[in-house]
Amino acid sequence: MATASESKGPDSKDGTWNGRELKSILATDCGSTTTKAVLIEKRGDEYRLVVRGEAPTTVEAPFEDVTRGVLNAIMEIEELAGRKILDGERIISPQNGTEGVDIYLSTSSAGGGLQMMVTGVVKAMTGESAERAALGAGAIVMDIVASNDGRLPHEKVRRIRDLRPDMILLSGGIDGGTKTHVVELAEIIAAADPKPRLGQAYKLPIIYAGNKDATAEVKERLGSKTDLVVTDNIRPSMELENLMPARHKIHDLFMEHVMAQAPGYRKLMSWSPVPIMPTPAAVGNIIERVAKERHMQVVGVDIGGATTDVFSVFQGVFNRTVSANLGMSYSVSNVLAEAGLANVMRWVPFSIEESDLRNRIKNKMIRPTTIPQTLEELQIEQAISREALRLAFQQHKALAVGLKGVQQERTISDTFEQTASGETLINLLGLNLLVGSGGVLSHAPRRVQSAWMMLDAFLPEGVTDLAVDSIFMMPQLGVLAEVSTKAATDVFVRDCLIYLGSSVSVIGRGKDGQKCLKATLDLPGGKKEFDLNFGTMQIVPLDVDQTAEAVLEPAQGFDVGAGKGKSLKATLKGGVVGLVFDCRGRQPFALPESHDERIKKFTEWSGALGAYPGLARS
Amino acid sequence: MAHSYTPGLRVTERARVVKTRRLPLKGQVVVKKGDKVTAETVVARTELPGNVQPVKAASIMGVHQQDLLEYMLKKEGDPVQKDEVIAASKSFFGLFKSQVKSPCTGTVESISPVTGQVILREPPIPVEVHAYIDGVVTEVIESEGVVVEASGAFIQGIFGIGGETTGELVMAVDDPATELTDDLLKPEHRGKVVVGGSRVTKQTIARAKELGVRAVVVGGLDDQDLKSILGYDLGVAITGHENLGTTVVVTEGFGRMTMAGRTFNLLRKLVGKKVSVNGATQIRAGVMRPEIVIPLVAAAGEDAPEGENLGLQIGSPIRVIRMPHFGWLGEVVELPPELRALETEAMVRTLKVKFQDGSEAVLPRANVEAIET
Repeated sequence: MATASESKGPDSKDGTWNGRELKSILATDCGSTTTKAVLIEKRGDEYRLVVRGEAPTTVEAPFEDVTRGVLNAIMEIEELAGRKILDGERIISPQNGTEGVDIYLSTSSAGGGLQMMVTGVVKAMTGESAERAALGAGAIVMDIVASNDGRLPHEKVRRIRDLRPDMILLSGGIDGGTKTHVVELAEIIAAADPKPRLGQAYKLPIIYAGNKDATAEVKERLGSKTDLVVTDNIRPSMELENLMPARHKIHDLFMEHVMAQAPGYRKLMSWSPVPIMPTPAAVGNIIERVAKERHMQVVGVDIGGATTDVFSVFQGVFNRTVSANLGMSYSVSNVLAEAGLANVMRWVPFSIEESDLRNRIKNKMIRPTTIPQTLEELQIEQAISREALRLAFQQHKALAVGLKGVQQERTISDTFEQTASGETLINLLGLNLLVGSGGVLSHAPRRVQSAWMMLDAFLPEGVTDLAVDSIFMMPQLGVLAEVSTKAATDVFVRDCLIYLGSSVSVIGRGKDGQKCLKATLDLPGGKKEFDLNFGTMQIVPLDVDQTAEAVLEPAQGFDVGAGKGKSLKATLKGGVVGLVFDCRGRQPFALPESHDERIKKFTEWSGALGAYPGLARS
Repeated sequence: MAHSYTPGLRVTERARVVKTRRLPLKGQVVVKKGDKVTAETVVARTELPGNVQPVKAASIMGVHQQDLLEYMLKKEGDPVQKDEVIAASKSFFGLFKSQVKSPCTGTVESISPVTGQVILREPPIPVEVHAYIDGVVTEVIESEGVVVEASGAFIQGIFGIGGETTGELVMAVDDPATELTDDLLKPEHRGKVVVGGSRVTKQTIARAKELGVRAVVVGGLDDQDLKSILGYDLGVAITGHENLGTTVVVTEGFGRMTMAGRTFNLLRKLVGKKVSVNGATQIRAGVMRPEIVIPLVAAAGEDAPEGENLGLQIGSPIRVIRMPHFGWLGEVVELPPELRALETEAMVRTLKVKFQDGSEAVLPRANVEAIET
């Protein structure tokens, strides 16, 4: 008989499952529209992607059974790999000779993903901690109800009732602190008596992760009306945030309640020995593990049709945000609404009437599956994507912060630095790897367009490696990491990412044409020196898997990471684009204000990068 | 044969229109299977729980929360009238010192000695669901609602604002390229569903509202006008809840767009009929488009075909739904199986189309929609 730890299938660095070596892994991600399957095999010492297949997701009518789409995607894998995996509608497992796979895993965001509401006493403190816990668990946070959010109690009641979340995370108060406010929040939820979004046959799951002293009162108010689960306080004290117990409970309840209600999920759950993970949680998982294992600071972004997810790991702290209405099709019009016309227009390299641009964007919103046919239309979409990414990253920076409300002991020297509590953890100069995924970045006709969009939107500083996840297999790798970190990271590094190359971005402002950087690169063909002027962009070709030792000497007043005017030694990595030198300045980054000058510069940069057809790289 | 499936908007003279009319909460269905109903018939009703009004009773009386129960004159479940005293504190001499009055008529939902709050619930809010179309009740969903079916014409728009309404169909223009200007709307259009041509402006919609026009059906609308009409920049296409007075259905898209001839001609053919219109649009998974339903008595009982879509094939009529040929009609002449490069260099599935003027173009398959026949 298997022991508890064996049956859970402990993560193992060498890729074993229940003591048996994993030779083949099949993983699916059931998205809202497409179910994507990947087959991974161990080849020698390494795990590699063999093939991928996809099929439309079948959660909605007429099929209403997610497993249909999964089977279709697996059948495509069988065809492409020339290997039998299915026996009728059963996955053959473990692998037997050349048939079957050793393990099957899945993630899911079908049916709108996990939609949650969170509460806290003070919005910027426990409210924000609850939001971070829910987002980190892969949820969409529909609203934060806080004692001090300015709404009257009956307005809060109506809001809870109208939103119909899948789950509520009830937090508030520190352990040993006042109980009144968090109990009041429980009373508001009890009065709203919310009904779950999917199915009326079960009670709404509520996770209580607030002041432990108020547990009895909360149970009294919500115990019979809802499916109440109590876990550790997410903010046991002002100085401490403890999100993991709440995140685990969210995952458990997501499986037991929300997923189990979706059509076909009970069957799907029975196929895998590992719980189905919400897709964004899986993506966060792989990014977090890779960042920690390789001691890197990473930002990842996934820009979709409706939402943009941003993930980061800085100082070992993982954060995730979802910008629910920033996307490239369903939400494209909202990007314009939030960014404002002028911000979108600044990236459009030609003249266009406001009314024309507005109508084009709205027409994309109402016909979201159409694609740009002309170069002009492509440039408009890429202009919008820069703003969607910029806004999503701005929201991320605002949430990925240190704890607010913490008293900091200061010395006299700190008064000059003014590092307030609640300061963002995102340090662009320390960013090692920026990974982009989602249609507009993964399928840009030229890879350099993706690099350029990311540079404009995220404004990395100093040396940063750029990559795209071209086939978006991070979700599958995230759930695989639960079983084998080695298998997941092997495939992530070798097959998942397409390295675009290192970027070098100069901090500081100067006059156009002023010398700002001297770069001495030890390239495969020999040592070369480059003198770069302010206001320019340049590419130096360097292939994937090649590196160049570089000495970067910024001119006086400019900085590439070692301080103003100080030289920096760095190892630059090649990629499908090459090394990108961005000398347009930072802090602040500014585009020319004059319309004609801006278009002239844009054309110049486009030529230097070889970004668009008709403009050869100069 | 190579083919692809690109569904278009439904524009058909004979369709079986099936509408599920469901209550937001369980309640009472007031019609039965087989009943003939009109759009205005109430088919189900229920009561939504009343709003909640919390009262900080302990702090009003200046007493400790834990002692609240001692001062309550009402207990949980008791009915209360507006301004009725629900709690009172006493002085040493037995005189009332301070009172808590109910801010509403309703019942006492809960009394909390932890927060010192009394939660009052207002009376239930009655909700009625109408049939929305003239038809026959074909199914009763116990305690939840009904399914109403009708045979008739069915036209989907691409985008709309405003909710369900009904009225007699009238034409305000003679051809689909004419713009629906405010001078074309007349007092006799009150209570009617007015069909315009290529575009409607905010001025015309304001005039329609003023005249009491129930709905306007047009080819296009400028986004700048939409922003003025709504009072905000619409970010995500989830509409139908706007309280405009006049429902708007756009059949082609944003900008000045000549209404598709097929849609215009069908509407013209049905002038004088009673129609049901809904502007509600949801563009996300489980897409919902605005619609015009015209139940036809002559077609009643006929089991109209559902319009099986075999996908795009050589000879299929299509409409282009993106620049640079937006709105053009044509016929598929080639469906190459391999991916081909666009001007953008993107490699995509394409098709060759012959337009009505005889010219030809290669377009991404994603940028055309099949015109259902």
